[in-house]
Amino acid sequence: MLGLNSKDKTLFLIVLALTMFAPFLLNPFPEGSELAQFNAGYPDLMQRFVIFGIFAIGFNILFGLTGYLSFGHAAFLGVGSYAGVWMLKLLTMNVVPAIIVSVIFAGLFSAVVGYISLRRSGIYFSILTLAFAQMSFALAYSVLTPITNGETGLQLALNDPRILDFDAADGSLPATNFFGIEMRDGFELALGPWLFTFNFGYYLCAIIMLIAFYISIRIFRSPFGLMLRAVKTNQQRLRFTGKNPKPHTLAAFIISGMYAGLAGGLMVAMDPLAGAERMQWTASGEVVLMTILGGAGTLIGPVLGAGVIKYFENIFSKINDNVLYNWFSFLPDGMQDAFVFMIHPFIGKGWHLTLGIMFMLVVIFLPGGVVEGGQRLRQLFSRRGGSDSAGGASSAKAHPAE
Amino acid sequence: MDAVILQILNGLDKGSAYALIALGLTLIFGTLGVVNFAHGALFMLGAFCAVTLSKIFTISYETIDPVRKDFLGNPLKVETPYIFDWFGPDVGTAMIEWSVPLAILFSIPIMILVGLSMERGLIKYFYKRPHADQILVTFGLAIVLQEIIKYFYGANPIPTPAPPALTGSADFGVLLGFDAGSIIYPYWRLVYFVFAAVIIGGVFAFLRYTTFGMVVRAGMADRETVGLLGINIDKRFTIMFALAACVAGLAGVMYTPINSPNYHMGMDFLVLSFVVVVVGGMGSLEGAVAAGFLLGVLESFASMGEIVSLLPGINQIIIYLVAIIILLTRPRGLMGRKGVMEE
Amino acid sequence: MGILEVKGVNKRFGGLKALDEVNINVEAGAVHAIIGPNGAGKSTLLNCLVGRLEPDTGTVDFDGSSLLNLQPHEINQLGVSRVFQTPEIFSDLDLLENVMIPTLARRDGPFKLDAWSRVDHLSEVRERAEELLQDVGLFEKREMVASSLSRGDKRRLELAMCLVQDPKLLLLDEPTAGMSRADTNNTIDLLKKIGERGITKIVIEHDMHVVFSLANKISVMAQGTVIAEGKPEDIKGDPRVQEAYLGGAHL
Repeated sequence: MLGLNSKDKTLFLIVLALTMFAPFLLNPFPEGSELAQFNAGYPDLMQRFVIFGIFAIGFNILFGLTGYLSFGHAAFLGVGSYAGVWMLKLLTMNVVPAIIVSVIFAGLFSAVVGYISLRRSGIYFSILTLAFAQMSFALAYSVLTPITNGETGLQLALNDPRILDFDAADGSLPATNFFGIEMRDGFELALGPWLFTFNFGYYLCAIIMLIAFYISIRIFRSPFGLMLRAVKTNQQRLRFTGKNPKPHTLAAFIISGMYAGLAGGLMVAMDPLAGAERMQWTASGEVVLMTILGGAGTLIGPVLGAGVIKYFENIFSKINDNVLYNWFSFLPDGMQDAFVFMIHPFIGKGWHLTLGIMFMLVVIFLPGGVVEGGQRLRQLFSRRGGSDSAGGASSAKAHPAE
Repeated sequence: MDAVILQILNGLDKGSAYALIALGLTLIFGTLGVVNFAHGALFMLGAFCAVTLSKIFTISYETIDPVRKDFLGNPLKVETPYIFDWFGPDVGTAMIEWSVPLAILFSIPIMILVGLSMERGLIKYFYKRPHADQILVTFGLAIVLQEIIKYFYGANPIPTPAPPALTGSADFGVLLGFDAGSIIYPYWRLVYFVFAAVIIGGVFAFLRYTTFGMVVRAGMADRETVGLLGINIDKRFTIMFALAACVAGLAGVMYTPINSPNYHMGMDFLVLSFVVVVVGGMGSLEGAVAAGFLLGVLESFASMGEIVSLLPGINQIIIYLVAIIILLTRPRGLMGRKGVMEE
Repeated sequence: MGILEVKGVNKRFGGLKALDEVNINVEAGAVHAIIGPNGAGKSTLLNCLVGRLEPDTGTVDFDGSSLLNLQPHEINQLGVSRVFQTPEIFSDLDLLENVMIPTLARRDGPFKLDAWSRVDHLSEVRERAEELLQDVGLFEKREMVASSLSRGDKRRLELAMCLVQDPKLLLLDEPTAGMSRADTNNTIDLLKKIGERGITKIVIEHDMHVVFSLANKISVMAQGTVIAEGKPEDIKGDPRVQEAYLGGAHL
């Protein structure tokens, strides 16, 4: 089935199950309970999980496989967003053309940027991509205002032409839809005290992410993917082996740019608004963080990284001092204050501090990210369990197919 | 002509900041081989040293003036800074007014301490890791540092004025024989430029004329050989890191009157300073300084009204554009050495 | 008419004349050794052959076409493979992948966007790679990561990566540099075994033991020029060679 080997198929099915049942999995706490604030099963957040998942999966095709660290990928996401909003304004509120055009524009733009940036490698490549992204950001803010609407951001207006839509204007902005199914629509399911929300927009994003994930598995296992890994480990040898590394890396760059454009297109399909800050280099930095945190070069790492960062961003930002006082209410007053005082800098608006520390710890101690952490844990347990397959991955790799 | 001179002068202060940060970046890269994405954060820490010092000077206690009344008729509350009691009101006022220059002395030990602990506590474990890892961990550190500052000082810019004696502007137009008022230039920017020139000159002299500096330069050229001579190069490199941190910090201290410091100023400058380093040539100290001033002045020319009306938006992107062109035509930058960061 | 003809090649680095009117003619099927003291220009010559350096003047013709102004990957696609002084392998990949990459390079050319088929389904490519791993005696280690190999094994792997391409010309740059005597002898045996395939080889070597066990023709270089050329027996007795190379000591 699907043309995947059994291990990849398992992986794919796990991701499939996670995304399809996300409205249940992310809402484990009954409505109105103390812990309900840790629920993440509302549409807006779930959409962000999968959209940033797509962004990170694409980034990983470039960085994880070839080792080229781009600090400018947010520019492609931004271009995709703008292109998407324009389609919604000019053509139709159906999201399909918007998404397709987002991918195409981001692909074209990344072809130009990639062609030039890839003439250099190492830190020079990083700086070149950074320079391009910052340039796009600056232009989007200033000169390109007719296209980008500058600081305000590009949004829908009542008098947009939308030449393919015929619905009578009733004085309110139409909603984005997928052949009539409105993205903001959905239904709710109440099971006892639990409340689950199923949002059409989320499911569209989730299905697209699954396709994107599937394509990335195919790329990883293909001869092309093998060549990309060869680029990372020894370009010199690859050249003297008769392969030209340049078109390979450029193709990877364009593919990852198109993934970024897809993410940008989906963002505006869910919420038709595009702003220049989406292109800023901090946004590029965010996708780097996601990929590294999850595990660069692994299939599922970027998805996990995107999920972890977006989840904690949401949760940490919501916790405030009152919540903390509640948690530590079992402690004597003085200690309660002390605990709250110590934790206070890391929550709420301090979420970025937590993120920075988390990221540093990962780079220092766990360069393989969450995925490597999981492998280490599994090794630890299998050793405890007394099985003799210590050495884990490497020795396991040496045995099969004898 | 006068307009050209004005633009050159205008470019000098930003150029000075670029040059100072780029100099430190290059020192760290040249000696330790580390790409330090947290260098902008050091610049920002320097600026907040100035903010902190002026806050310390103005710590006050409250007394009630029995004679004067406030507009509600209540006894007037008077805030008196502690330093007025310690040094007398005249000296105290002067200290508050001159807190930015005084912060130079205050920031040096702090920046050295920050530099040393950063190198010993974190960077040294990354010498042998790939450049991508170095970029990532210092990027993480930069986020942490700026968030800490944000936590203590808030997100808004904090105005930190220059001493009143230096807040005015000089009319260079008259001095140079042009119309009066054609070239008006604030004193403080002049101070900043001179200050930067002195620091840069000092660093170069230190590297050229002291034994310590010679060893460091030799180490930059060929670390292994110097190590074989039995010289403890690592210890010297640690000190160089502290020095580079100090240079960035001082650049930040003196920059506060030009632009009110905020927590993300380091990142803003870092991106541009990296571009500067790459344009100058990775590993070339002269290149970093030259490119810093060059790009600062270019940026200021690009913001001239005539040029902006001709090429809208050029002032926003000129630095990146120049960087891209230089990287593509002269891969090693203006003065880069062969074999640095290639492949 | 040889398979590789180097005519009047000059190369200067600033004031240093690295190659001075070098002429070398390599016969098809020969094992041609290029020897000479350090700094004689052997490596510069080799780099001019594989597209790493461009000669200032002169021609390099391989199998009827010029190698000048070609990229390394283009030269390889013409049928020239190279073994480096320090083994250049894909250290993060396993041995099988290491050998499959050159196999794919021969099959697909310099670039093919084959992002949909699966590497583990390419049984022909895989079998070919496994065959070569058998030949160099690394088949049992095929699932290991290449960086974990010993230096001798890395050299074997690199040889397999070159041989899998069925090159017309194999360039060996000091194939036994830094090896123990036992490893050196193993490598000689291996190279002799490949010799039976009839691939033309150019060997650059310091170790006379290796040169005289393998080569059937030798060019001696000193100070950027070829000072002697001939069969191993002739070279052994040539007084000019002994003078230039060994300062008069006997080989």
